[in-house]
Amino acid sequence: MEIIKTGVAGTLESCDASVSVEEHGLLELVIESADSRFAPRVREAALAALAELGVRAARVTVREKSALDCTIRARVMTACLRAAGLEKAPWEALK
Amino acid sequence: MATLRRSMLFVPGNNPALVKDAQIYGSDSIIFDLEDSVAPAEKDAARLLVWSSLRSTDYGRVEKVVRVNGIDTPWFREDVEAMVRAGIEVIRLPKTEGPADIARLEELVGALERTAGRPSGSVRLMAALEGPLAILNAYEIATSSKRLVAIALSAEDFVTSMRTTRSSEGVELAEARGRIVLAARAAGVMAIDTVFTDVADSEGFLREARLAKQLGFDGKSVITPAQIPLLHGVFAPTKEELRRARRVIAAAAEAKVRGLGVISLDGKMIDRPIIDRAQGLVDLARASGMRVEDKE
Repeated sequence: MEIIKTGVAGTLESCDASVSVEEHGLLELVIESADSRFAPRVREAALAALAELGVRAARVTVREKSALDCTIRARVMTACLRAAGLEKAPWEALK
Repeated sequence: MATLRRSMLFVPGNNPALVKDAQIYGSDSIIFDLEDSVAPAEKDAARLLVWSSLRSTDYGRVEKVVRVNGIDTPWFREDVEAMVRAGIEVIRLPKTEGPADIARLEELVGALERTAGRPSGSVRLMAALEGPLAILNAYEIATSSKRLVAIALSAEDFVTSMRTTRSSEGVELAEARGRIVLAARAAGVMAIDTVFTDVADSEGFLREARLAKQLGFDGKSVITPAQIPLLHGVFAPTKEELRRARRVIAAAAEAKVRGLGVISLDGKMIDRPIIDRAQGLVDLARASGMRVEDKE
């Protein structure tokens, strides 16, 4: 999936994550976690979502407020689809 | 035990805090909402959030329902695809006007079941009736699909269409409620009453819930967890009703053992509908947390 513009999704409310995806030559992931102990888990969830969509080059920033993995996944995917200018998710390819 | 839908809790689909915990409040069903509670610019986000939550969250025995966007919106098709692939149990179609709407949804759901590898017929449907034409078509809608499990009144749009407003007595909804219950009973599907929107008015909610139960509705849609125990209290049988139901079932069982064709209790004949109703009442009592197995 090619990132062609900046896409954002989510909020900074409790249990949510605010995700920004921008054009970038490499894959760069920045995590700002409400609790630093959970940052590795957030990173893992975000990377899995990026891999599932085939995003290989982008600057991705995730600011999360005690969000579940499924929320991280949803917000990263939403931001990526918006940043790729796609209105439809590739449902058949998603697990 | 038969499926209960006394309480169907609406949960805004783009609110992660509510979506993740929706099963803890004890409602019979959760309705993940992709329609009215989600702003147009966030439809994609809500759809992905509910999809992702359904894929990874154990909602236990609570029935998982989604309210998709209407058939005439640009979000309808993708909502349905995402939810069928996510394993949703029931799709609630808003603004159902006639049987053709259900046929269109059914065709889409059937095709998606095949591509998603889900058993044919595993996704069930529910129709929300929100306008005068829908109410007049209630029976045709209720019989339009084998997948259809319930028809529901959605009062806010209905009263607007009728050029009136909602009152505490609910007189403006009397005809619609009556027709929906009649149609549902004739079609053999459930009837679900509308939401009560004044969340601070418990007395008003209870009054409306009692009215719905007395009319024959199977349950109500609710918009706050606080309404769930009140609703279950209204729908719970009384101890006397339970005692009577258990005696009916015992009499039927005894007649079967003795090979009797005619069953009587206290000098009155008991037929199949009475036995079915008694069994339903015992199921409801059990779901309501009443002690059913106690000896008299």
